[in-house]
Amino acid sequence: MHADTTTAKKEAALAVFAGLETEPGVPKPDPILVIDKVVRRFGGLTAVDVDHVEIQRGSITALIGPNGAGKTTFFNQLTGFDTADAGSWTFNGKPMNGVPAHRVARQGMVRTFQLTKALSKLTVMENMRLGAQNQRGENFFRALIPGSWRGQEDEITERAEELLERFKLAAKRDDFAGSLSGGQRKLLEMARALMVGPELVMLDEPMAGVNPALTQSLLGHVKNLREEGMTVLFVEHDMDMVRDISDWVIVMAQGAVIAEGPPDTIMSDQRVIDAYLGAHHDAPMSVEEAEEQLHEAEAELEAEIEEKA
Amino acid sequence: MDWNSIFVTTVKASIGLETVVYALAAIGLNVQFGYAGLLNFGQAAFLGVAAYGLAVTVATFQLPFWLGIVIGLAATVVLAFLLGIPTLRLRADYLAIVTIAAAEIVRLIFRAVKFKDVFGGSDGLQSFSGDFYAMNPYAPGSYGIGSITFTERTMWVLTVGWILVALSCALVYLLMKSPWGRVLKAIREDEDAVRSLGKNVFSYKMQALVLGGIIGCLGGFVFALGQASVQPDLYGTEFTFYAYTIVILGGAARVFSPVVGAAIFWVLLVFIGNTLAEAVGSGVIPSSIMTVSQAGSVRFMLVGLGLMLLLIFRPQGIFGDKREIALDAR
Ligand SMILES: Nc1ncnc2c1ncn2[C@@H]1O[C@H](COP(=O)(O)OP(=O)(O)O)[C@@H](O)[C@H]1O
Ligand SMILES: [Mg+2]
Repeated sequence: MHADTTTAKKEAALAVFAGLETEPGVPKPDPILVIDKVVRRFGGLTAVDVDHVEIQRGSITALIGPNGAGKTTFFNQLTGFDTADAGSWTFNGKPMNGVPAHRVARQGMVRTFQLTKALSKLTVMENMRLGAQNQRGENFFRALIPGSWRGQEDEITERAEELLERFKLAAKRDDFAGSLSGGQRKLLEMARALMVGPELVMLDEPMAGVNPALTQSLLGHVKNLREEGMTVLFVEHDMDMVRDISDWVIVMAQGAVIAEGPPDTIMSDQRVIDAYLGAHHDAPMSVEEAEEQLHEAEAELEAEIEEKA
Repeated sequence: MDWNSIFVTTVKASIGLETVVYALAAIGLNVQFGYAGLLNFGQAAFLGVAAYGLAVTVATFQLPFWLGIVIGLAATVVLAFLLGIPTLRLRADYLAIVTIAAAEIVRLIFRAVKFKDVFGGSDGLQSFSGDFYAMNPYAPGSYGIGSITFTERTMWVLTVGWILVALSCALVYLLMKSPWGRVLKAIREDEDAVRSLGKNVFSYKMQALVLGGIIGCLGGFVFALGQASVQPDLYGTEFTFYAYTIVILGGAARVFSPVVGAAIFWVLLVFIGNTLAEAVGSGVIPSSIMTVSQAGSVRFMLVGLGLMLLLIFRPQGIFGDKREIALDAR
């Protein structure tokens, strides 16, 4: 049954995009996020200069582009973590420019970070609980009366436990988040973002630095978000993954959106090829990263051989 | 050497006025620095503003004692907002710079010749504690066990002081067990993560700064009343540094560590100081090595050495959690 709904949601999302033009800024039938003329400069460098872009509700949209294209900076503008020099954007029709980061999150637009921000000295469970909204016990005066927030805390804990179960972190619930592996931290960060109860989930490189075994499970979780009715916008380098999970792809280069399109054909778009070939950092991963992975693989092989011997 | 006198003064120091005052200052600092990660280097100013708020109201303007307490509290809150509003949105080190400078400004205003009519210059103010001692329930006499005795006045100050310490600890305990405390601890680690989860980080940092200031301000009242005077130079930067030492000695972000830290700090200081003074005075340490006046400085060297050893062998402090320090190293 689950498989059926999966295809239904995916097909519904794909149907929306079918026949859409591949021009940057193409209008979508039901956009959750509409962005206009957002500019961010650092001194002489224009890191972001996006003319117009729309994100379709209920879909998984990938934001790709060479390193330094401005994807993270763009995320920072939209989520209130940085102040844009110009531009405006609306979330569910509400203007969001100038809204501070915590209000953006409360409106239902929740992001994760490229460099994972698990709170290491809090336990996994405390990390999760922190994500819940409208907590009575977070008010100074009510915090002093445990009876006023205990019940809600129990509900929050229950919800957190379900999510941890789903993200295979239940066994770690009382460990410090700092003791988790890189991939587990990514999982925790995503699960914690879900505790906020978001409508739009914005993931900045959710698979970066995650070992291949966990990648599959992360991909599954991202797909699940759409199944639950959320909209996903995510930054990713690996084209195989983008092809696997996204319904639509937006390509950024040198701060601007240069093309949009379906994942199957976007990489054959001439503008995209030019952008990637023109950039010096055209490879999906840097040389150092590739070398590091190679070393890791070799080390693992050696360890296996030693074990057998 | 008079070991009995050394013993008596040391035991009295463990529960004496300085221990109470520093414990309150350190409990406040522990909320700010230990739990929320705020680098407040002006804790002395919070105590000073409270002490002077009380003293000026009563001694200079002849207004009632309780109004003095209210004004002292209000002055603390105003100071917290003045320091917090411009700095708490900036990087952590800005608060450190601003608070250390502000504390010195506050002290220099208190001792300024220009304001001598109000603040009493470098002599400070006296005769504001009459109403407080008028409330003393202890009959005149000497209280204690054996040769460890306090006067009825000291008993009264210490009773009030330790009740305030207990209440402050209970308050911090309740808060840090609650979701409010969880947000604070999360802010100490990564503000942006907390923002991304919909919490108003600025507001929480301000609440922590005000709360820590108010707990410290109670220490200011106790200090002023215990000595029945206020003097500007008691609220210098070294006061704040002692309070930091106490927090780190006990182990940051533990409810009782500032109290135990304060007791240990003063016991060490008094014990080493008195032992050295006795040893020099009785000729056990010849005056060619150390004179009585030098002994006062040497005790700080020895206490400093002890603290260095503690941090080398027990970096998490006495009550700290070793696992947390291990996480920092990752
Ligand atoms: N805080 C900053 N100050 C100066 N330059 C920055 C800052 N943040 C990002 N940049 C620059 O902006 C450009 C876009 O960076 P970023 O958004 O991180 O790219 P991406 O996430 O697409 O790899 C890069 O050239 C980067 O060096
Ligand atoms: Mg990036």
